[in-house]
Amino acid sequence: MSDLQPVASRTAPPLVRAPARTSASEVRMETVEVSAMYGKFTAVKEVSLRFAANRVHALIGPSGCGKSTFLRALNRMHELSEHGWITGRVLLDGQDIYGSRVNAMQLRRRVGMVFQRPTPFPTMSIYDNVAAGLRVHGRHRRAELDTVVEQSLQQAALWDEVKERLRASAMTLSGGQQQRLCIARTVAPSPDVVLLDEPTASLDPQSTQRIEELLFELKRDYTIVIVTHNMQQAARVSDTTSFFYMGTMVESGPTRQIFTTPADEQTEAYITGRFG
Amino acid sequence: MNHRGLRRGVSNLMVGLVTGVVLVALLPLAFILVNLALQGAGSLSLDFFTRTPAPAGESGGGVVHAIVGTLIIVGAASAIGLPVGLAAGIYCAEYPASRLTWTTRFVADVLNGTPSIVVGVFAWAWIVATQRHFSALAGSAALAILMIPMVLRTTEEMIKLVPSSLREAALALGYPRWRTSLSIVVRTTLPGIVTGSLLAVARIAGETAPLLFTALGSQYLSFRPDQPMAALPLTVFTYATGPYEEWHRYAWASALVLILVVLVLSVGARLAIRRRFDFHG
Repeated sequence: MSDLQPVASRTAPPLVRAPARTSASEVRMETVEVSAMYGKFTAVKEVSLRFAANRVHALIGPSGCGKSTFLRALNRMHELSEHGWITGRVLLDGQDIYGSRVNAMQLRRRVGMVFQRPTPFPTMSIYDNVAAGLRVHGRHRRAELDTVVEQSLQQAALWDEVKERLRASAMTLSGGQQQRLCIARTVAPSPDVVLLDEPTASLDPQSTQRIEELLFELKRDYTIVIVTHNMQQAARVSDTTSFFYMGTMVESGPTRQIFTTPADEQTEAYITGRFG
Repeated sequence: MNHRGLRRGVSNLMVGLVTGVVLVALLPLAFILVNLALQGAGSLSLDFFTRTPAPAGESGGGVVHAIVGTLIIVGAASAIGLPVGLAAGIYCAEYPASRLTWTTRFVADVLNGTPSIVVGVFAWAWIVATQRHFSALAGSAALAILMIPMVLRTTEEMIKLVPSSLREAALALGYPRWRTSLSIVVRTTLPGIVTGSLLAVARIAGETAPLLFTALGSQYLSFRPDQPMAALPLTVFTYATGPYEEWHRYAWASALVLILVVLVLSVGARLAIRRRFDFHG
């Protein structure tokens, strides 16, 4: 049996979402000296971080600093990259997600991910896109799907725009709507952690603002880790910020502190725009 | 010198050239179709579709035996060739780094370049010679071998066109690898795969050489795959090389029927797939 079994068996849908499942200071996810490699190349070097529940955590740093690779190690997507492997431990509620008995598919249901470009499934309707994550885990009851699809679309602030055309193809939506659809799809299976990899990088300013506002709502239910290129965005949306540079985590702390009184001069140089 | 006028002139010249080249490319197709219709349509009648040939020297009769034969032989070839080609194509696209993929791809490319008559000889040596009689199934086997590399390569190329971000999105949602492949990746590119498969079916439906010494051909309506069987390309060949004027007209008509059969098959399959997977953009 999987280590994650007790949680994985919690398949009964939360018909009404509990406000906050945990107290704010509780650590939901923790990495212990995580290194991520592509073959012989080390992209992330021994990063130890803690992600408190119901907080937004921003990972910032210049291109190629390893922040996206690190993010992908948190739901075992990195190991799907060519020659991708990691060392160290990633703990979700105290359990090592790289443990030999952990099922990666079950894990990814608990740690969802939104990508840089909107990735709706083009052959599916809006409804089916949101329901996809539930159906693949064997939840097919129509009434349950209806409820979760509506809730998830509402959480993603998309319900009012699409409720009249749930059967339309997901490709009929605009880019910003598609990205919110992907957020709805990610939260539909009720994950514990939501990872966002530069979710607004391909969107216009208005759509970006909507998604940033959304993060404030989402963090009531989920623990959020967001990779962003945009320092203003990190400053606006996150509670804590970690600065990555050349594969190492240089500095981590409350966002206000990182942006006002960084301890490290590389951090200061980056946030003041002197490189990166 | 009027700059804008020069640019407009060059533009018109290029558009004219490109249009001309397109016409040149379409011309043979139009010529074949028109010629077939002119020469063949006159001989088409209800009898032609419902009766077997009249004895040599007498007039009348039809090619129903060859229509049925082509449907059976091509159907059996597709039943073997499509699943193998599709599965191998999916494998090659999903495991591009594996040694087996490299080998499969290489073999498929060599096979794609092999003349069909060589494949016919191969089927003759392995099936006809060992069983000591000609059979429709031997013809189907030869056609299936021709079909597999075509289906394999188009399937692989189509799947490769699906952006990897879609695959990642499915995996990140907790999809197992096999469901990601089938219900997301293959499903997304299904219209392309169907088109590729139809092209392969159409190609083998017109093959004559491999059938000459496998299915052999027959004057009678037959449903037995272990016996010699008629097929439209063979009928065209027999009638076209025969001594009678009427046979030549039948050859044209048979060729027209062959094209109609292929057309009906592909249009039908495409309509069915479009109705089933209707999605925009």
